[in-house]
Amino acid sequence: MTMTQTSKIEKKNGMATRDAYGKALAELGAKNPKIIVIDGDLSKSTKTCFFGEKFPERFFNFGIGEANMIGAASGLAANGFIPVCSSFACFIMCKGYDQMRMAMAYSEMNVKVISSHGGISVGEDGVSQQSIEDFALAVSMPKFVVLNPADEFSTRALVFQSVDQHVGPVYMRTGRPAAPIIYDANQKFEMGKGIKLRDGKDVTIVATGLLVWEALVAHEQLKEKGISASVVDIHTLKPLDQDLIIREAKATGAVVTAEEHSNYGGLGSLVAETLTKHFPVPQEYVAVQDTYAESGKPAELLIKYGLTSKEIVQAAEKVTKRKRL
Amino acid sequence: MKKLGIREIEEKALLMRREIIRMIHKAQSGHPGSSLSATDILAALFFNEMKHDPKNPSWEDRDRFIFSKGHGVPALYAALALNGYLPVSELMTLRQINSRLQGHPDRRVLPGVEASTGSLGQGLSIGVGHALASRLLHKKFRTYVMLGDGECNEGQVWEAAMFASFHKLDGLSAILDYNKFQLDNSVKVVLDMHPMEEKWRAFGWAVMEINGHNMGEILAAFEWARNVKGSPQMIVAHTVKGKGVSFMEHNNHFHGVPPTDSEFKAAMAELGEPLGHPEEMKK
Repeated sequence: MTMTQTSKIEKKNGMATRDAYGKALAELGAKNPKIIVIDGDLSKSTKTCFFGEKFPERFFNFGIGEANMIGAASGLAANGFIPVCSSFACFIMCKGYDQMRMAMAYSEMNVKVISSHGGISVGEDGVSQQSIEDFALAVSMPKFVVLNPADEFSTRALVFQSVDQHVGPVYMRTGRPAAPIIYDANQKFEMGKGIKLRDGKDVTIVATGLLVWEALVAHEQLKEKGISASVVDIHTLKPLDQDLIIREAKATGAVVTAEEHSNYGGLGSLVAETLTKHFPVPQEYVAVQDTYAESGKPAELLIKYGLTSKEIVQAAEKVTKRKRL
Repeated sequence: MKKLGIREIEEKALLMRREIIRMIHKAQSGHPGSSLSATDILAALFFNEMKHDPKNPSWEDRDRFIFSKGHGVPALYAALALNGYLPVSELMTLRQINSRLQGHPDRRVLPGVEASTGSLGQGLSIGVGHALASRLLHKKFRTYVMLGDGECNEGQVWEAAMFASFHKLDGLSAILDYNKFQLDNSVKVVLDMHPMEEKWRAFGWAVMEINGHNMGEILAAFEWARNVKGSPQMIVAHTVKGKGVSFMEHNNHFHGVPPTDSEFKAAMAELGEPLGHPEEMKK
């Protein structure tokens, strides 16, 4: 069967989450004069250029030097500013990592790192510009909040909460391609609280970012196969909404995690950790399977590297068979 | 803080050296050589050059000191203690469990420590942030960053250097503790960066070279730095690793090795001090 036959939900693309971030940040700049934006010569791609155009006196282009960006942000934060640093996910996380560790996490500084170009849906630029390790690196730093919104509405809400309201280090990933709309303007979001999007009784799909849409499609496809799948959006990887995950595990007895990240150290690992501690149930992982991707169109890459509804459906079928009756 | 004169600062530097040796000996862990090479410059900063208030360590208008070469932190702890930021007796808790005196600076636990450092190369960037903040807040506070010579191997130092000069951060002064050694060996053997002055000039900094143990030269350099407009300043301070204890001078064994009991006695004798801690001896 094909997707058009089974998918009862209509796909409507919204803004890319990076665009939603850039717009929200520019909006927030008017509200909070303490926000300083720091970019590493990628502001047209990360979309901090919107803030830079509106507030040039609070926008600093640091050139291509991610380590210096994070260090300087720490010094600004020590003086009461709220620095927001942006670059591609792979560059800021990998080249700014020791600085995040020392000058943000260990120093307990109120610095925000909001990346664009997360995952492999970066596309044609290839592996050097893609990021499949950032969640693992970010969640291991003490007191870091780690966010991965799925669409423009969740992005806007989480930018406002994490930058304007939350005090402490934050890492947020946004993406390059247009993101399918999951929510509407009335949806309430709370950092640290997952959102249950579909009810189901046989298996729970726990998804994050771009894979939330694929999970909704998988829900419909599974219904055709007689499998009832609940769907949860985890926009906050840390602190993880353990209560929701445990509740779902108890209700359905099987979990599939789905993320645009390595199968090591991301959502799948975090969910597994919660389950083994509190309520072990079988789990399957839809993720990039310990490999790097390549150049290609975003949709082609998601298919080739197994990050679509098809793999979620397969994982759900497999995991329900593993359930102890 | 009252500004002390040259002789008084030199006396404070001697007291700092005694405390450095005493705390590292007590801890049987730490970096004596790198602490002693930085001592005179820190004494000049904390007893003369910087505006700061030990009773109000987070005073908004205080000058900032970022000790980027964090392994030399016993010198900073000694300067802070002799200024009243912490009891001098607390220096004896260096590197021990539950102590505020961590092996490398921890800004969360000890007032007066501006930045958590120890992973080399990061302090100048943090100083850039403070200098930018001073400008954005329309304040007059200055930012001082001490770098090690081995530390300048780190690429981040140069990222920060080019940013600071491009943005004309004249409220930022760096001091290079140029003691000519790094952990493994002499800088000439490991990775020679000579001529250091030309490198900083090429990055757009105003540069002055001094003898980092001559108090008159140190104070004059800070006065020069305060008056430079339009660019950050680098004071290249030629120093001696282990300065003040004859058998530690130019001796890289004492990069990260504490003195034995007999070395401790010999060092304290050279520094003209009885062996017990003065406050402990009072008991």
